[in-house]
Amino acid sequence: MKVGESVRRFDAPAKVRGDFTYSSDLHAEGMLWGATVRSPHPYARIVSIDTSEARAMPGVHAVLTHEDVPGQILYGLEIADQPVLAFDFVRYWGEAVALVAADHPEQARRAAAAVRVDYEVLEPVTDPEKGKVLRHIKIRHGDQNAHADVVVTGEYEIGMQDQAPLGPESGLAIPDGEGGIDLHIATQWLHIDQQQLASVLGLPRERVRLTMAGIGGAFGAREDLSMQAHACLLALKTGRPVKISYSRSESFVGHVHRHPGTLKYEHGATRDGRLVYVKARILLDGGAYASSSTAVIANASCFSCGPYQVPNATIDGIVVYTNNPPCGAMRGFGSVQNCYAHEAQMDKLAAALRMDPVDLRIRNAMETGSEMITGQRIEGPVPVAELLERVRKFPLPAGDGILPGGHSNTTHGEGVKRGVAYAVGFKNIGYSEGFDDYSTARVRLFVHEGQARAEVHTAAAEVGQGVVMVQAQMAGSELGVSDVVVLNADTRVGSAGSSSASRQTYITGGAVKAACEAVCQRVLEMAESELHPARDLRIEHDAVVDSSGNEIISLATLLGDAVIDETREFRPRATHHLDAETGQSDAHMQFAFAAHRAVVDVDTELGLVKVVELATAQDVGKAINPLAVQGQLEGGAAQGLGLAVMEEVQVKDGVIRNASFTDYLLPTILDMPPVRMDILELGDPSSPYGLKGVGEPPTISSGPAVIAAIRAATGCEINRVPVRPHDLTP
Amino acid sequence: MGLGELKIDCTVNGEHRVADGVWEGESLLYVLRERLGLYGSKNACEQGECGSCSVYLDGALVCACLVLGGQANGREVITVEGVDGERVQRAFVEAGAVQCGFCTPGLIVATHDLLRRHPHPDDALIREALAGNICRCTGYAKIIDAVHQAARPHPARDAGRPPQRVGR
Repeated sequence: MKVGESVRRFDAPAKVRGDFTYSSDLHAEGMLWGATVRSPHPYARIVSIDTSEARAMPGVHAVLTHEDVPGQILYGLEIADQPVLAFDFVRYWGEAVALVAADHPEQARRAAAAVRVDYEVLEPVTDPEKGKVLRHIKIRHGDQNAHADVVVTGEYEIGMQDQAPLGPESGLAIPDGEGGIDLHIATQWLHIDQQQLASVLGLPRERVRLTMAGIGGAFGAREDLSMQAHACLLALKTGRPVKISYSRSESFVGHVHRHPGTLKYEHGATRDGRLVYVKARILLDGGAYASSSTAVIANASCFSCGPYQVPNATIDGIVVYTNNPPCGAMRGFGSVQNCYAHEAQMDKLAAALRMDPVDLRIRNAMETGSEMITGQRIEGPVPVAELLERVRKFPLPAGDGILPGGHSNTTHGEGVKRGVAYAVGFKNIGYSEGFDDYSTARVRLFVHEGQARAEVHTAAAEVGQGVVMVQAQMAGSELGVSDVVVLNADTRVGSAGSSSASRQTYITGGAVKAACEAVCQRVLEMAESELHPARDLRIEHDAVVDSSGNEIISLATLLGDAVIDETREFRPRATHHLDAETGQSDAHMQFAFAAHRAVVDVDTELGLVKVVELATAQDVGKAINPLAVQGQLEGGAAQGLGLAVMEEVQVKDGVIRNASFTDYLLPTILDMPPVRMDILELGDPSSPYGLKGVGEPPTISSGPAVIAAIRAATGCEINRVPVRPHDLTP
Repeated sequence: MGLGELKIDCTVNGEHRVADGVWEGESLLYVLRERLGLYGSKNACEQGECGSCSVYLDGALVCACLVLGGQANGREVITVEGVDGERVQRAFVEAGAVQCGFCTPGLIVATHDLLRRHPHPDDALIREALAGNICRCTGYAKIIDAVHQAARPHPARDAGRPPQRVGR
């Protein structure tokens, strides 16, 4: 099990048998079920809450309101502005107001419905143009009065996307009988949950212990607290284990979404196709609470121009508070919305210049050492032109003969037009703007059943991406042992940071590598002191070997009863705050690039789209587990396709109209075409094994390529995603 | 509790099982999971849209979330825990078709059902048969690979799939 091998997942056998325990599968003796009373209004004053009827109902053990929160009543990832339970006001439709614990989930639901909340309904702010500014990023790069021969403008609107992880928000809180709590939970970052929970519960952190339960996908939806504090409050109040598991409709209000946005762009270029300037105003709707909006708008702004050399830029990125559903992290994190805009602009510019769209992109492509609009120079491989060349060179597909409309048999080919188009995008890997990005790994080496075993313990969230295998492969490579065990994540070990920002392979991988190197050093010291001093020893195939590879001593013999136990923290290069007036700064740590080509067929009479193929090229630096990397590129592209052609949380007057999988459309196996791919391993000189974060780039340019291909097929302008049939018909 | 009085007497994975004191509104999915401790069938949408709770009811593939628990009385249920699907399961592991895995149990049962009807399905048939199973992680490519592998005793590349290169 080594770095670079396609390995099968440790957790897959249990998952295929149905034996893997997800957070919604947890149960305990004497367990109660929690339910949440939610606001039916996007904005209202709470006049009174009467819980007496609910308390008297059969099977009910507790009904809690904000008055029952013992610690801090507000929480949040960046800004503590969200009430654990609403007090005075509700600010979005579905906001949590009260909690119930009962013997049976139906009893809990009925009691929740019997909690009487008297509201004074207020006029919600639902137009982001009228929202209160949460953060305004200003980027002023180069000449602010630059002029260009050729100018194109555009305004683009992006709908609200849901992460839609299949596993619902769920977990089990178990009181320890001494005022502390054990929470079994599916989260992207155990320690940030622990920190927020300790604050809300008024407990020291060590009395709030978290253990990772199986995670049914995340994609950003599990960065904020959902039911964590609620289950703990109910468990501490009742002295009983409490499980909360959201229904799908509740899940739609139980987590933040991808920000919808309006993006106004102006691109200026020379007649020979060199970008002179970009001006943009990006307005994202943050909804009722801050979540990670302040970081999302920073990304949307820093990466607003795409991976192009732009000498002069004037960017205003604004995220506002409204009474719409709160928005925050989703795969791509601000770089998805802007990619639709900058890539549409590049196509417009190519048309205005009568240039090939790929040639225009390559002419302006960033290279190693190129300067971003934030003034940061990008070192290491920047293969933007190469990625575009590679996707352009792929042969065009014939398709599988299935037309738009599929088996509905709505056309025999009449009115069907094909389009082919390209997009490229980039984003940061890891945390930015001076955030202390680190992870912790503990590695133990000991003899188990006569053989050396390496045991890796981190708090990294295995959300499906495969970080469990990354840890195992790195330990296998570094320690030369065949028996590697990865312990379940919990808060007994130091923080790993979140499974987000495509950072976990880099940062937790870096920590595992560092801890393994420390273990390795101690093994070799042991070998040298116990045996004759030797040089150039290393561990290979469960033995200490010399420089010629001859076995000196087996690890099992050398170790005997000894346990070598090392814990290391790993930190990548530090980042810095954005200048408040100019946005100039080395704010980001690593950059990842991907390009996509989309081939679509469109029934221009009915406005139906079939994506025939997606092709992609991405530099991953080093593929730690190539099979898993392919899975990231395919799955990430599917989520990009989803936003392009079908996925939208539809919000009207602050109310979500489609909070279910019946009404919120996700790509099925019929919607998702084959993904042709080139995975480049160009090696980042500054990262462990040369790797780059992999997870997000596939979700950035895939959707914009699909939309561009639909434009190419239909000639329609399409300034809004997801595209709807009536956008495509005359 | 006092919520329900229903008694369900059924065969699950070949064993006689009884659930007592069941509320009439409980779905078969809830009964399997919370009454009988069979958590393999998953609760992702509970609206019959995602297929994560696919089980056999008297040999027919159904979404357990759309069947009332009481409807299983006197009938035979086979869940992912009891399905004779070793080859399908192995193929999903080998092909890399499992990421978060929440959709996987439903896909295992649905693929088992497909292969017993069509031992050697082509891509189009696989897509049609599994269109009721939503996966949010994989983009489905490796799931199609897995079905082909499960359909063949000796895994072979499907000619219809584009080549995937790693490295320069």
